[in-house]
Amino acid sequence: MTQDGDEFARAAAEKVARDSYGKLVAYLAARTRDVAAAEDALSEAFASALAEWPKGGVPDKPAAWLLTVARRKMIDAMRRRKSADAGADHLKLITDELEAANMQANDIPDERLALMFACAHPAIDAAMRAPLMLQTVLGFDAAAIASAFLVSPATMGQRLVRAKNKIKQAGIPFRVPERTDLAKRLDAVLEAIYATFAEGWSDAAGTEIRGRSLAEEGIWLGRLVASLLPDEAETLGLLSLMLHADARRAARRSADGSYVPLAEQDTTLWNNGLIDEAEMHLLAASRLGVIGRYQLEAAIQSAHVVRRRTGQADWAAIESLYDALAGLDDSPVIEINRAIAVAENRGAAAGLVVLDAVASDPRLATYQPYWAARAELLARKGDVVEADTAYEIAIGLESDPAARRFLQRRRAVLRN
Amino acid sequence: MQYMLLIYGNENAYKSMQGKPEGKELHAAYGAYTQALIKAGVMKAGDQLKDSTSATTVRIEGGKTKVLDGPYAETKEQLAGYYIIDVADADAALSWAAKCPGATYGAMEVRPVIMMG
Repeated sequence: MTQDGDEFARAAAEKVARDSYGKLVAYLAARTRDVAAAEDALSEAFASALAEWPKGGVPDKPAAWLLTVARRKMIDAMRRRKSADAGADHLKLITDELEAANMQANDIPDERLALMFACAHPAIDAAMRAPLMLQTVLGFDAAAIASAFLVSPATMGQRLVRAKNKIKQAGIPFRVPERTDLAKRLDAVLEAIYATFAEGWSDAAGTEIRGRSLAEEGIWLGRLVASLLPDEAETLGLLSLMLHADARRAARRSADGSYVPLAEQDTTLWNNGLIDEAEMHLLAASRLGVIGRYQLEAAIQSAHVVRRRTGQADWAAIESLYDALAGLDDSPVIEINRAIAVAENRGAAAGLVVLDAVASDPRLATYQPYWAARAELLARKGDVVEADTAYEIAIGLESDPAARRFLQRRRAVLRN
Repeated sequence: MQYMLLIYGNENAYKSMQGKPEGKELHAAYGAYTQALIKAGVMKAGDQLKDSTSATTVRIEGGKTKVLDGPYAETKEQLAGYYIIDVADADAALSWAAKCPGATYGAMEVRPVIMMG
């Protein structure tokens, strides 16, 4: 075997892994609900590919080859276990009519949506839904996921094992829920995808997971769900929201790495292609006639980016969209953003009235954006002493050094 | 799959309802729920348990049998009864658990049953 052959085989295996890993895991696991066994079998199949492809060449249908090998490995593993439930699973696998050897990747039934609904099942700990999807649909290992979510690899590994056990033992189904439950259950799937995106977004440099940006992986999952459930308005809303945010990535930091707030961003640094795509999805969502949180948030982004043409964000629209969001969910976070919109439309004092109305909420005492918004509006109103105090609290609660520097500068301007 | 639905509730609250309209209502709700399980063909078993003050806990320590008056754990909510149902998956089990009057008055624990053989 030559080194070139090795590298070619490795590159081919990696390409199949990227393109069809989730599809193969979903297909194998959907039959037995045993995600861990499906992953083990698939990783053994990849190992076989790396051993055999350099000698015999890359097969015409590499995904089908991997599926066939993985299925054989799974059946072998079940024979070894010989437990009662393994017997039933075994039967399901061997009675499966699948002619895997003749299948192209596109012929393998796509069960990824069912897998995502299992990962985001209400019986699964909410904090583990995004990590589970990253592992099962995208194939990241526990160590990579652990570093993205700031937990130790051993802890993340144990939690993933426990979650997969729960899927298997509790009988969590692999299927798209019935119409009556779909909206609520889909919400959990979208929330996990948004959590993935947001984890990569909070860090402007981009949280990386094995060299891939977590925000991009979130968008990838968002595109997948939107393509599999194109008639669900919120799937399109979420995709639009993530694309809008991602379009402004380059404008979030100045050349020297300092934080640039949305209102001061250079619109020529925004990615027009992504914005156009985001707008297209939002329009398609609105045609479906079912409003929801993600569509409203995407529409707010859309009202901000009109600035690229008019030089001015549509603050009247932004305020009424926050009104609508507040009607769906009485979170104080929404009120903070609504206060900023009110301040743009009717002055800082009016904005502060909105903030004062939620000030007694205990969750806000240590919520940095509340103090930053408060400081900004007080400064605009000319309330120097109170603004200074609010800036100090906001600075103390900020973890991102660039954003902290930005607030410190604002505070310094205030004092001069 | 078979699941055991364990009904946990506050016994004092339950006792204070007895003989009152709410107590009768709860009793009737359990009757209707049991009928619904039977009609759906999923009911395997189910019983109400006597008050936890009637419980005795037994364990063997160092070869000696120790018998203690009272339930295994003293908690505000006690095991009050159970159902065993046979349904397709966790979704069906959780949805039946949510329909049980016990879910409104206390909490339901849903546990898959290991099938022997």
